[in-house]
Amino acid sequence: MANLYNDNRDLKFHLTHPMMQKLVMLKERNFADKSSFDYAPIDFEDAMDSYERVLEVVGEISGDIIGPNAESIDAEGPRVVDGRVIYAKGTQENLDALIKAGLLGITLPRRFGGLNFPIVPYIMAADIVSRADAGFVNIWGLQDCAETLNEFASEEQKERWLTRVVNGETMAMDLTEPDAGSDLQAVQLKATFSEAKGTWLLNGVKRFITNGDGDIALVLARSEEGTRDGRGLSMYVYDKRKGGVTVRRIEHKMGIIGSPTCELVFKDAPGELIGNRKMGLIKYVMALMNGARLGIAAQSVGISEAAYREALQYAKERVQFGKAIIQFPAVYEMLSVMKAKLDASRTLLYETSRFVDVYKTYQHISEERKLTNVERDEMKEFQRLADLFTPLAKGITSEFCNQNAYDAIQIHGGSGFMKDYAVERIYRDARITSIYEGTTQLQVVAAIRGVTTGGYLKQIHAYEKLDLRPELEKFRRILISLTQDYEEAAENVITVGDNEYIDFHARRLVEMAGYIIMSYLLVIDANRDMEYFRTAQVFNKMAKGEVKARGEFIRASSLEDIGNYKY
Amino acid sequence: MKGLRIIVLAKQVPDTRNVGKDAMKADGTVNRAVLPAIFNPEDLNALELALRVKDEIPGTTITILTMGPGRAAEIIREGLYRGADGGILLTDRAFAGSDTLATSYALSQAIKEMGEFDLIIAGRQAIDGDTAQVGPQVAEKLGLFQVTYVEAVLKIEKTKITVRRRLDNGVETVKAPLPLLLTVNSTAPDCRSRNAKLLMKYKHARTVTERQAATEDYLYLYDSRPFLNIHEMTVNEIKSEADQLGLLGSPTKVKRIENVILQAKDAKKLTAADKGINDLMKELIDSHVIG
Repeated sequence: MANLYNDNRDLKFHLTHPMMQKLVMLKERNFADKSSFDYAPIDFEDAMDSYERVLEVVGEISGDIIGPNAESIDAEGPRVVDGRVIYAKGTQENLDALIKAGLLGITLPRRFGGLNFPIVPYIMAADIVSRADAGFVNIWGLQDCAETLNEFASEEQKERWLTRVVNGETMAMDLTEPDAGSDLQAVQLKATFSEAKGTWLLNGVKRFITNGDGDIALVLARSEEGTRDGRGLSMYVYDKRKGGVTVRRIEHKMGIIGSPTCELVFKDAPGELIGNRKMGLIKYVMALMNGARLGIAAQSVGISEAAYREALQYAKERVQFGKAIIQFPAVYEMLSVMKAKLDASRTLLYETSRFVDVYKTYQHISEERKLTNVERDEMKEFQRLADLFTPLAKGITSEFCNQNAYDAIQIHGGSGFMKDYAVERIYRDARITSIYEGTTQLQVVAAIRGVTTGGYLKQIHAYEKLDLRPELEKFRRILISLTQDYEEAAENVITVGDNEYIDFHARRLVEMAGYIIMSYLLVIDANRDMEYFRTAQVFNKMAKGEVKARGEFIRASSLEDIGNYKY
Repeated sequence: MKGLRIIVLAKQVPDTRNVGKDAMKADGTVNRAVLPAIFNPEDLNALELALRVKDEIPGTTITILTMGPGRAAEIIREGLYRGADGGILLTDRAFAGSDTLATSYALSQAIKEMGEFDLIIAGRQAIDGDTAQVGPQVAEKLGLFQVTYVEAVLKIEKTKITVRRRLDNGVETVKAPLPLLLTVNSTAPDCRSRNAKLLMKYKHARTVTERQAATEDYLYLYDSRPFLNIHEMTVNEIKSEADQLGLLGSPTKVKRIENVILQAKDAKKLTAADKGINDLMKELIDSHVIG
């Protein structure tokens, strides 16, 4: 009977961020839908009230159905029968409950039956569902794909496809192949236009496809014969009702077992071209991946939350040496650091979501009317921030969630190693977050541009200028000093003028920026609500140590050092 | 097949499942102020059954009927959020103090004003009184057939319906003619969650009394969105005899309320052998604890 929205005040705190006013006004086009849709909000307060009520429903379903089903789904898993995926019983129950509650197509426009929610409340729903069952969230969260259709498909295509998603059909994004994983330019699945059938036909194999037997799939395929790179790839939408794709097998995985990871065989499967030919990878997949990365960041935060709560409860209950283990410094420190990492992850997640929200909404508005110069500049600025923050958020939240899952087991001691406690599943589920939708190493490749172009520094300076309560001033002083360390480290690396040297230190530099940014965000949170003072304090201490350590490493490093690491 | 017209009887009850030490007042009555008011659980099962009929037969309409004080309008809203099409709050000081007889009288008189219907579905019993009398009494007063302890609707035909009853010793499949009253057990499927769109559509739904007391500024909505008006039915809108209403119409008199504290008196030790277990089973069956 738990409600995973109501029992977590951090969610409401982030939902009611001051920037929501602007964001909601944009998303609702000044509440233009109120006369044509009976469920559209009338004003800002009404919209916020709706988000909160709907998140309560998500919290209720997560607490009453999805959470309780997680264990049996993990044990049962999906299976393949005659080339089709059969979900575990609990997976189907979860999905049915969410469909009946109308929780698919949350961000889609109302004219297709969507709820027209901004990304912030949608990501919050993903955060909540992930806490209940991180394996299940993938199947539901693939509604992200519909957002890509909404961005790039024609109006007529949107009409056909998006209404189906809203009514509960699940999706998949078919990108990876046996020889094209991180390197999607190597995709081989062939798309040929059949004049006889008047349609594109897809032939080949896809691998590691989450929910590969979903009703509607976005497929990346090579449409330009003879090409070998990303410029020969186009994006198609495949309809399972038409047939042509079979599931050869599902992978036996370490975690997120309820989420079927499929190997698919395409045999003359009809596909519908989305947008323009040759833009598949360079434009559409990039958009798709950015959305998915934000989704994984939400999943990571949800897992962190679950891990922290399991550990906290156990530490309060477990008595050793005559007292609850939470009273021992070794344990309470671990818990406080877990909480600080959780809070830091979450504040970074929602900051990123807001950036994405504003920029995507402007992009949609620009299809309806010409943006003013001010609006266009703002869109570009937010797009820049979204591009900077998305890989940072995905990379850091997924690493933190793994660390929290590790510590949650540690706090459970031997019991945590047994199948009897939920932390064991949480630990296995956490592991994938820093791998799929681009490994942490690939997030760093995307994020390092924020270091070399000064993008992160610019944003850090923006945070630095904000007004703070007097008792928070000390954090600003520390963070200004850490920023100098970061600038110096970046300078040290960049002036060497060697790309491999930058790559070698890239993760260190990105993490330095990340620690400073998260630390600022927590201070800003504490400025709004002093409940976050403690967490700001704990994280700030940790950030100082981490930034200094990396700075020191870089200071003592030179180009010649790389030789000691090379194979 | 033509859609059915369904009336769901629902009650707002104090949440007696989470009773704290303040749950009863010194005079032995329920302290409603400290217990959260909720949708009676088995009435939610009843609503789900109705919603499943609606899922299956398009055109089916569901109207929630609840009797209670002004705040019971929340029950109607909760029904609307889940897929009911409308609701009536039967509320009047004249109904205050009703026992099951007076309640079923008022409900049945209200139903007579609601036009034709095919099915009335009610929860088996409410968790505050646990009588299981109101559903059956309403059927009697309306001269309807009734099937109690239902957990599933198996088949709906033009003039009859087949349902499954859950009884102590098994299940029973029953065919009955329409119109009909059903009471539903908690073994029936749990009610679905609130639907996001319906929640947003109906969250401003109010009775006229609530609108008069409202501090919010959405009043202008009620003309352009008629579905936001929850019908408040008073004693003046039903045909009734005054002596059958409220306290006057309630023969039940509560003489005294006792606090019963359940506690184990003496422990019994069993031998860890088949015989010990068999003896215990026999004892439990003999004392009708099980079987």
